[in-house]
Amino acid sequence: MESKINELLQGPIIVINLGLQKFAESLEAQKVEVVQVDWVPPAGGDKEMLDLLERLL
Amino acid sequence: MDIKQRIEKANEEATRRLISGEPVLVDIVPAREVIPGMRDKMITHAGPPIEWSRMCGAMQGAIIGMVLFEGWAKTPDEARKLLDKGEIRLEPNHHHQTVGPMAGTISPSLPLWVVENKAFGNRANCRQVEGAQQFGDYSDGALQGLRMWRDVWAPTLRKALHTIGGLDLKPIITKALQMGDELHNRHTASSSLFANQMAVAIAQTEYTNKDAVIGTLKYITNHELLFLGLAMAAGKAIADPARDIEYSTIVTAMCRNGVEFGIRVSGLGDEWFTAPAPVVDGLYMPGYSAEDAGLDMGDSAITETVGWGGFVIGGAPGILSLVGGTPEEALNYSREMKKITVGAHPIYRMPILGFAGAPIGIDIRLVVQSNVAPIIDTAIAHKDPGYPKIGAGLVRAPLECFKKALIAFSKKYSA
Repeated sequence: MESKINELLQGPIIVINLGLQKFAESLEAQKVEVVQVDWVPPAGGDKEMLDLLERLL
Repeated sequence: MDIKQRIEKANEEATRRLISGEPVLVDIVPAREVIPGMRDKMITHAGPPIEWSRMCGAMQGAIIGMVLFEGWAKTPDEARKLLDKGEIRLEPNHHHQTVGPMAGTISPSLPLWVVENKAFGNRANCRQVEGAQQFGDYSDGALQGLRMWRDVWAPTLRKALHTIGGLDLKPIITKALQMGDELHNRHTASSSLFANQMAVAIAQTEYTNKDAVIGTLKYITNHELLFLGLAMAAGKAIADPARDIEYSTIVTAMCRNGVEFGIRVSGLGDEWFTAPAPVVDGLYMPGYSAEDAGLDMGDSAITETVGWGGFVIGGAPGILSLVGGTPEEALNYSREMKKITVGAHPIYRMPILGFAGAPIGIDIRLVVQSNVAPIIDTAIAHKDPGYPKIGAGLVRAPLECFKKALIAFSKKYSA
């Protein structure tokens, strides 16, 4: 498994970054190609809202 | 049927009603003749309920303007005294089948656009749109615009409208959306299409005062936001039949009074769910800046409630020079609004997005789940009384309104 990851990292990679934009910016600064996917946890992670949505949606 | 199925069924019905709306301009009438409950010494205003002492500067200025317009006081100081003493009754437009732009102030003698939703038989009203008094400017110049509307333009248009027996607004709205309007801040196409129709109607009508006819033709052919008042009345007439559907989580009104933003939800009756009015991110007229700006204000978010305005801004790149942003951002806003709506309008479409239908039927559950708030493009008023329009921009409805509504919904339907 480890050798597979090493193999992957030896070639050019394109990173898909979910959520926090800063991670993508940090990689871009290192000239790594990044595809940014805007994502936030459902209901912004609000437990009360998640419980309501569980019942209603 | 479990609660989720009941909600889906109710939302399907609410969306069907929203999509089925057939808005027709049927009259232009002074408020006292058409607003249920309108009486002397009463002014209606935009947004959820708010008392005089808590109103923002622009709304107070606009109300002072209406008191002067009606002749209930001779000076702004006299008007303020009457208002401080509680001698003028103030109520929200939305409680009277009515909407109004920015401060949205309406007094008994102000003529209103009256739109009937022919699919359901209900009517809704909106005042005319201008760029001064509705923003809080109570100068004589600002009030002169209202007097011209009351005494010349509205009666002339009314006579012509009666000649043609009403005007179907749906074809105008459909075409305008395909001509670069979003029907909130950009009405270049819709106003022009409306003026074309009314010019013919005026030509078919007998008048004794040629100056009034020429003045009215100049008014309707030189007013780029003329159709906003009609779009708002149409939006309210379309949204009202979707109210009061048990189990529906669809939003039936969004509005702001410059202090609070409020929403109503179909399955939750007349209750307002409010949060502090947000700051508008916008561009300003020369001489003004963000430091001068009041908070988000107006009933005009009824356009977004029925899927226009910010929801179709991807098809209206021309508006970005007024409100800011790039065409790519505008397209993304329209795509994003699909995440929080349950339907797409089959007639109102955006050519730039492959003729995708306008996103319609805002579901409070989807807003809360996705953390995506409705986007609204809007004008900006000054924070103090006495100023005309100072800018325009984009703003998000506060998520807090939708969370409060979801909690209330869960309580109401917990059995």
